Amino acid sequence: MFGSLLGVLFDGLAYGMLLFLLSVGLSVTLGMMNFVNLAHCSFAMIGGYVTVTLMNELNWPFFATLPCAFAAAGIASVALERTLYRRLYRASDLDQCLLTIGIVFVSVAVAAYIYGTIQQPVQLPPYLRGSFTLMGMTFGVYRLFLIAAGLALTLVLVAALEWTRFGAQVRAAVDNQRMARGLGINVDGVFAVTFALGSGLAGLGGALAIDVVGLDPAFAFTYLVYVLIVVSVGGLGSIGGSFAAATLLGISDMAGKYYFPELGAFLIYLVMVALLMWRPAGLFGRR
Amino acid sequence: MSEPALATRALHKSFGSLAVARDVELTLPRGVRYALIGPNGAGKTTLINLMTGMLKPDAGRIFLGADDITRLEPEARVKRGLVRTFQINTLFPSLTALEAVTLAVCERRSLAGTWWRRLPAHRDAVDEAYGILVSLALGVHCHRLTRELAYGQQRLLEIALALATRPKVLLLDEPAAGVPRDESAGLFAAIAGLSQDITVLFIEHDMNVVFRFASRIIVMVRGRILVEGSPDEIAADAQVREVYLGGARHG
Amino acid sequence: MTAVAGQIAAPHRYLEAQIRWRAIETVFWLATLLPFVASPSYLVLASQIAITALFALSLDLILGYAGIVSLGHAAFFGLGAYTAGLAAKHGWGEPLTGLALAAAAAGLVGYALSFIIARFRHLALIMTTLGMGLLLLEAANSASWLTGGADGLQGVRMWPLAGTFRFDLWGYAAYTYSLIVLFLTFLLVRRLIHSPFGLALRGIRENATRMPAIGASSRAHIRKVYTIAAVIAGIAGGLLTQTTETVSLGVLDFQRSADVLVILVLGGAGRLYGGLIGAIIFMVARDQFSGINPQYWYFWIGTLLIAVVVFLPNGILGGLNQLMSRRGS
Repeated sequence: MFGSLLGVLFDGLAYGMLLFLLSVGLSVTLGMMNFVNLAHCSFAMIGGYVTVTLMNELNWPFFATLPCAFAAAGIASVALERTLYRRLYRASDLDQCLLTIGIVFVSVAVAAYIYGTIQQPVQLPPYLRGSFTLMGMTFGVYRLFLIAAGLALTLVLVAALEWTRFGAQVRAAVDNQRMARGLGINVDGVFAVTFALGSGLAGLGGALAIDVVGLDPAFAFTYLVYVLIVVSVGGLGSIGGSFAAATLLGISDMAGKYYFPELGAFLIYLVMVALLMWRPAGLFGRR
Repeated sequence: MSEPALATRALHKSFGSLAVARDVELTLPRGVRYALIGPNGAGKTTLINLMTGMLKPDAGRIFLGADDITRLEPEARVKRGLVRTFQINTLFPSLTALEAVTLAVCERRSLAGTWWRRLPAHRDAVDEAYGILVSLALGVHCHRLTRELAYGQQRLLEIALALATRPKVLLLDEPAAGVPRDESAGLFAAIAGLSQDITVLFIEHDMNVVFRFASRIIVMVRGRILVEGSPDEIAADAQVREVYLGGARHG
Repeated sequence: MTAVAGQIAAPHRYLEAQIRWRAIETVFWLATLLPFVASPSYLVLASQIAITALFALSLDLILGYAGIVSLGHAAFFGLGAYTAGLAAKHGWGEPLTGLALAAAAAGLVGYALSFIIARFRHLALIMTTLGMGLLLLEAANSASWLTGGADGLQGVRMWPLAGTFRFDLWGYAAYTYSLIVLFLTFLLVRRLIHSPFGLALRGIRENATRMPAIGASSRAHIRKVYTIAAVIAGIAGGLLTQTTETVSLGVLDFQRSADVLVILVLGGAGRLYGGLIGAIIFMVARDQFSGINPQYWYFWIGTLLIAVVVFLPNGILGGLNQLMSRRGS
């Protein structure tokens, strides 16, 4: 009983780290510019497909593909931001939703066209496969890697936010955009870089997610829902909030699937609506 | 009959360590024209937000006539006669002037929930709205979209919306803000023409306007009321000179 | 009332002129009769279009007029669909009363949920509507003893309309039924839009901050319109079940909520006919493209959506409106 609980926590935490990577970019950019970017998971999908292509077609090692996944997603996001997103910064929520839903549709169609609709296989390097036993319980090596990578990246992000000049500018822009501009901070530039970084992280998350949840063209939609839950529950513009919400969601999802399989995803949505009713701005939100 | 139109007792509000309203005690008798002045950031608009219910105070009470309205929702306060206008035009861009004022009239008459009769069928409401617009010299423009009106006309529409609710106490937040001198005559005529039954409190930076319309002046600095008195008293007050009138003008 | 200098005689007359029934509307509704004579083979598609148009009309009420962005409106469509289906499956196949039941069920749930909806704005609102739609889908999926789960409801048998008109494969009864329901509901919605309540809704959409300042109880208005929209969506769902004699989980999925949003935006939200025009274009296009790979469909709809948002923010009707006013001046 305790063993299975620990197992659920472990798997849930790993899943939560994935969700965190996928969501943190959206949370910060939403908090900064209030731009509803529903195409965020399309960038994640790009990262995933880049990894797949590099590994399966060009035989690159897994770790080498990860920076490329990050970069590809980041570059794609910059391209989209320059051409389309920028026209709609002052538009209504609805228009932003619609534009980005349109982008999701297009990305799903293109992915299906190029790669087909089947799940993409990916071969992890041998040292990441399999499981190890500790105190009589078995844990997946890859999941341990995910937890370690997730925690490490979180620390890097928090450190960058607290101790670098850029981080200070990001914090100022999220807090009070008008004042930040008044102080001479190039908010648009900060936003562009943050957006690229956030999308890059999503791409990295997408690449890392292949082995855990699989990759097919529907990824952009399926995980959008989870990402939106993390962002709205965690609070906009908050890395800590995204971390907490992602962990909470990851563990609840695993627990739900393990202990109440008949309920399916019902529990997650119920928890989300309840949490939002208690705190509409999210757990760590400002408004 | 002798109770004040609007009163606050020990009103207090802070955002974190920043106190925007400290122990504000106000008593406005019926029918008087009060001006609320003070440097930028003194907390004047915040006070209006507190009185109208858009902001919840940390402590203190607000009275409208004999009623304690501290816990009432903003719309309930309006229904009881406490109405404000906004410093920045807060209008309905795609509604015509007539539609906007008619909406306010319908809300007052509790008609806004009826959906089975068409709007023009409610002749009284439309005529009343039109009458208000005419009294503010907006009659000819009543069918123009709000966003197509000139800025000065939009400021007048702000007042029209407030008048449509038949206020007992009217809080005007910088009514002439941004209106060029040649357009402001109509605005001042409107303010001067306000019924003597209505108690008016207006925030203003232009001292000419203040001395012209106000019978009493309240000076606010850093969330606190510094002094209150007649225009002559205020003009002569040394503290006020130092804090506001004497130093560099911020308004 | 005589005209005085600077005054306008009888201002309400102008308002009346704005909302008068126009010739082009008569043309539109006469055109809806075309499928009967011109292309009877398309009657089945025509009734699908009518049902979708009704669904889009219900979304227009909350989105186009009150400004509530809902990503889960299919919840009410599905509720109506399943209620009508369950009534028929358990022995009561009378169409009109079945439809009334569907409307009531959707309306009741809509009323209950409206209390939650009215409290939120922006992202929290979008998420809540999305969450509620997904919740209902999951619940329907799990409660397969009631809904038939992934297989859908079996044994839905409708009685003939008014005792004589049987729902058959040719679709005459189905389209007549759907069209009449659509038209009558449309008249109701039209009246609502032009009433003081409709004006209040537009006020909420235009400036939600100003509403309490003129004494308006926005929350009460939103609850009311949300309930009405739920009722209409439920009627649309019920119609679908009755005319096709099937119900499956597809009536509740996110795809349906997203599709109706696209349709409304395509046609132009807040313009009464936007949902109807959008439905016609969307469904006809989809029917034409149905032979081709579904991926192409997604690609073109996505591109169209992007184009509409960037170039035609008020939808096709809005674009036409702008064109007309530009030519007029």
